[in-house]
Amino acid sequence: MTDVREAVDPAVARKLAVDAGEHDPAGDVSIQNYTINFGPQHPAAHGVLRLVMELDGEIVERIDPHVGLLHRGTEKMIEYKTYIQALPYFDRFDYCSPMCMEHSYVLAIEKLLDLEVPLRAQYLRVFFAELTRIMNHMLNLGSHVMDVGAMTPNLWLFELREDTMNFYERASGARMHANYFRPGGVRQDVPLKLLTDIGDWLDTRLPQLFEDAISLVADNRIFKQRNVDIGVVSRDDAIAWGFSGPMIRAAGIPWDLRKSQPYDAYDRVDFDVPVGTRGDCYDRFMVRVEEVRQSARIMKQCLQQMPEGPVQSLNSKVSPPARADMKRSMEALIHHFKLFTEGFHVPAGEVYVATESPKGEFGVYLVSNGTNKPYRCKVRPTAFSHLQAMDFMSRGHMLADTTAILGAMDIVFGECDR
Amino acid sequence: MRAAAPRYAPNDGVVDLATSTLGDMLLHAQDKVGEVSLFVDRERLPQALAALRDTPGLEYQQLMEIAGVDYPERPDRFEIVYMLLSLTRNHRIQVRVNTDEDTPVPTVTHLWPVAGWLEREVYDLFGVLFAGNPDLRRILTDYGFRGHPLRKDFPMTGFVEVRYSEEEKRVIYQPTDLPQDWRNFDFLSSWEGAEYVLPGDEKGGAVPQAKGAHTTADAEKVQKAATQESPQTPPKASDSTYAKGGTGKPDQTQQTGAGQPHPGNQPESKPVDPDVIPTKGEGHNQ
Repeated sequence: MTDVREAVDPAVARKLAVDAGEHDPAGDVSIQNYTINFGPQHPAAHGVLRLVMELDGEIVERIDPHVGLLHRGTEKMIEYKTYIQALPYFDRFDYCSPMCMEHSYVLAIEKLLDLEVPLRAQYLRVFFAELTRIMNHMLNLGSHVMDVGAMTPNLWLFELREDTMNFYERASGARMHANYFRPGGVRQDVPLKLLTDIGDWLDTRLPQLFEDAISLVADNRIFKQRNVDIGVVSRDDAIAWGFSGPMIRAAGIPWDLRKSQPYDAYDRVDFDVPVGTRGDCYDRFMVRVEEVRQSARIMKQCLQQMPEGPVQSLNSKVSPPARADMKRSMEALIHHFKLFTEGFHVPAGEVYVATESPKGEFGVYLVSNGTNKPYRCKVRPTAFSHLQAMDFMSRGHMLADTTAILGAMDIVFGECDR
Repeated sequence: MRAAAPRYAPNDGVVDLATSTLGDMLLHAQDKVGEVSLFVDRERLPQALAALRDTPGLEYQQLMEIAGVDYPERPDRFEIVYMLLSLTRNHRIQVRVNTDEDTPVPTVTHLWPVAGWLEREVYDLFGVLFAGNPDLRRILTDYGFRGHPLRKDFPMTGFVEVRYSEEEKRVIYQPTDLPQDWRNFDFLSSWEGAEYVLPGDEKGGAVPQAKGAHTTADAEKVQKAATQESPQTPPKASDSTYAKGGTGKPDQTQQTGAGQPHPGNQPESKPVDPDVIPTKGEGHNQ
């Protein structure tokens, strides 16, 4: 009997089953889970993310994120570039916080070269890394509140982001892809007027506009309803899933690489590490809010403490000579030529250097074989481990909550897909 | 170490404790450029990582990254590097295994769920197989992509390119067609990149004349030599030869005009030409 039922077509099989005295399912409403595509072109996906979601009504049962739609093969290209030529690629990883991407890379090169960095350059790098953190958080906080329905704070925060990009332009010449950090320091010194202007901005415009924008959402009932207890991550989960940055701090673990593994001048400045208590989207949002205030605090200390002096390593094999010297000094001219054709040689070795980018731990695993090009440059994106947790964080939540969870993760696909 | 790289807890005793914990799972260990690497037996990798995670005194709770490196000249061409991080001890360590194209590496997804995507990425880009990974699909490359792009024998220009075809009204794949061949200059000095050893240079591995110059010594040797040679000193602004700010001979600069914007092109330094009618500050077309 069973053999026949499996062999024939389903309608016949059902008829046979009913004839045999079983319950007739014809009148029942059968509900199936259905699968939808979220993205790759979706305004709340913050880039090209495709989420294949399995929904039970409006409840998310399973999420399979498809990434790689922005894969540009950067790691492969870096293997064919000299160390300095590879630097601009790093701006294009996380294009919302370009200088923090450069930071890991130049620190990795310096570690292999065993290169000293002048103190002023260390302060400048910390200063601009923190400016970058503000720049990144302006975008993320703004788009997060917009993903859950608020409009105004986003516009105000974008004003501030525009300011930071203007400062970028005045320091490096580019609004986003700064290419400002160098192995051994930074490309050029900043004018005094820029530092005083940023100081004024930190004292007046940033706190006014930022606190105004945050006051609209921080205690807002609708905002809390959309974020509190959404996407809760426990401490153990945060550790097991390789979380870092605001994601692990919101889960209640006071872990900040700037504090625990200080690089550059971070051990000379004083700042607090905010942590969350519940590990939900609201905590992640508020951790970032507090980080903006702490970043402003670090920047003010940098302005007070920053000494005069060179901003690049004095080693002429690594740092280009000044234009003026090239007119007078034959050796400077040769160094300039060799540096921009052959580049410098990095002794063979392997290092993994990770810094606290605005999104979390951004690491560079650099393998050198003693030539002028990296043998392998593996980038550790923050988004990879966070986005992977999307499945278990969204499970059981409503479809509309996925945008809140995604917004609080702070994903940028330039970095995730490389 | 004089570089400004992140400073975590010192490596003292880590190698000894790891050696005694891992036993014969550990093939050998090294501590170079301030980073500890453990080379472990491929087949017992999960046990080794579990021991590193759970043993008090080691406590590497987080798996931050899995990196693949391709060394085509080695018999086991791929090196898989696991970056572990201890939150409690504030320390990092690398665990390495070697494998070839066909031999799978045991998965560690049961220890750290984050390993799922990290292993998928290594599989996608290098073709390394991970036994036991429940979802070993490609992750970064295109749907239906062939080959493993980060292998050293995969050309940088790839094999296919994708474009929208106006005739077929869809996206099509076709063999890569470059208008100009992709050129790769190595720019290495011919006498430095040579395989042979020059007379007088037999010792080999001599430290470079300056940081960034060609050397056969590895980073560890360079760092040690620099530490012995001179203790760390804060950089001085004045002793620059021609770095930023150190012009050396300011008088000469003023005479030549070097370093000034547009030397000899200032309005006041131009000779007066009676034939030129001065403007009123506006263009002649105004």
